Amino acid sequence: MLTNEGLTEHGLTKHGPAERRRTDSVLTNALPTKIDVANLRKSFATDKGTLAVVDDVSLQVGEGEFIAIVGPSGCGKSTLMRMIAGFIPPDSGQVVIDGATRLQPSPQGILISQHGSVFPWLTVQQNLMFGLNGTQSMSEKIAIADHYANIVGLKGFEAAYPHELSGGMLKRVEIARALAVKPAILYMDEPFSALDALMSLRMRNELLKILGQERHTVLLITHDVEEAIHLADRVMVLSPRPTRIQATFEVKLPHPRKLTSPEVQRLRMAILKELGVDADAVA
Amino acid sequence: MSRLRQSLPGIAVIAVLLAAWWAIVTATRSVIFPTPWQVVTGTLELIRDGTLWLHIGASLGRVAAGFSLAVLVAVPLGLWMGWMRGAYDTLNPLFQILRPISPIAWIPIAILWFGVGNASPIYLIFISSVFPMIVQTVAGVHTIEKRYLRAAENFGVTRYKLFTQVVIPAVLPQIIVGMRIGLGVAWLVVVAAEMIALRSGLGYLIIDSRNAGNRYDLVIAGMIIIGLIGLLLDGLMRLLEGLKVVRWRYAH
Repeated sequence: MLTNEGLTEHGLTKHGPAERRRTDSVLTNALPTKIDVANLRKSFATDKGTLAVVDDVSLQVGEGEFIAIVGPSGCGKSTLMRMIAGFIPPDSGQVVIDGATRLQPSPQGILISQHGSVFPWLTVQQNLMFGLNGTQSMSEKIAIADHYANIVGLKGFEAAYPHELSGGMLKRVEIARALAVKPAILYMDEPFSALDALMSLRMRNELLKILGQERHTVLLITHDVEEAIHLADRVMVLSPRPTRIQATFEVKLPHPRKLTSPEVQRLRMAILKELGVDADAVA
Repeated sequence: MSRLRQSLPGIAVIAVLLAAWWAIVTATRSVIFPTPWQVVTGTLELIRDGTLWLHIGASLGRVAAGFSLAVLVAVPLGLWMGWMRGAYDTLNPLFQILRPISPIAWIPIAILWFGVGNASPIYLIFISSVFPMIVQTVAGVHTIEKRYLRAAENFGVTRYKLFTQVVIPAVLPQIIVGMRIGLGVAWLVVVAAEMIALRSGLGYLIIDSRNAGNRYDLVIAGMIIIGLIGLLLDGLMRLLEGLKVVRWRYAH
């Protein structure tokens, strides 16, 4: 299952866990390491005993790199993400960001989750200003909020309340609020999965456009293989619970990526196969 | 037009009831029980000699005092109990025992402590409306969705900002529900309290009208006015639900 089939001729590479160390060191040479996750483990106590959720996950993310993590539902993707973002402590192992151990959440890494956390009692503008806790004056804060409202296409909606907005626009508020604090890292936990297919595709394109203007390190969790290939520099496939990194694929295609291209399709099938889906049936 | 059609059945029920009341009183030739028209003339009499406004003002004043006091105590206390596990564990058992005690049962003690002046009914209103508001506020804090608290934690906001921009606005709709319940109970209680010990208020009007010559037209007039003012008070509290900062809760 973990044979190295070498899709390199199409600009794609796949590595089993045995190859992981090598890949990481290669990448570390190219980009300074932003996030260094070492041997994370997590289990939860349930009525029926302990449930191991994350089983020895290690990964490195370079500065400005876009990593997508795909895995079957319920495999522990979100738990892994919350540990990396500092919301829950691991049982063992550690997360090192910029050389310092991550113990709690920080505005340096903003989490964007599936259901969103845009405050419904604040206007769009108040939401965008929420994270601005620095010494800026009120007018500076408003200018920052307006700038990011503009970037995500919310100009004219600053005074609107979230319940007056569509799902796609709420997602834009969420992203703009995160960008406004200039986080080094964006943690995106299935950010677009609550949107319809068309809106999800549009949001992906907008995210790429924004990342073209402002480089951020991104860790994306998704169950959508196409979304992962569309956006990421590397795609990591997680195993079922207790989850480990089962395989890593590099996506060496330049942006904008053509999702119908044979390279993308080949990569998609390889990832689906890794996830245990009969790739021929969905091709 | 559709609003009118919507309220038509409700008006019809009231009209039928009035007609039946009138017909029965006329048919039985009752000398004590008044017809609807006698209630109207009785009301006009109260308006003309000015006593109606005095009674309404007295009742509303007591409710305003007791209810405001209850809001001032219940909201901060509810927020504190909701946020601090220890405060909840310490105070909740006591409040759960005090809460089911009818405010009427407090009347003898209220008279013992506060005498027969205004302080007694104000205390009774306070005690009856403070618990529902505490309970609602605590429940509001406990049901704040974790994703909002997580976001506040993520952005590293100060405790002050956490409370003013996340916790309090999140709980505000529940606080308003508690205030509606609290004010409703307060209005019920003031009338009951005034029946016992006081010389003014709508409760006193009802009891005094019966005692002073079986003026049942004034008794029923007082009852109807109590109902209408209660409806008005509830309507005022409903206006709060239309505030922009809480509309998100009622929008869907």
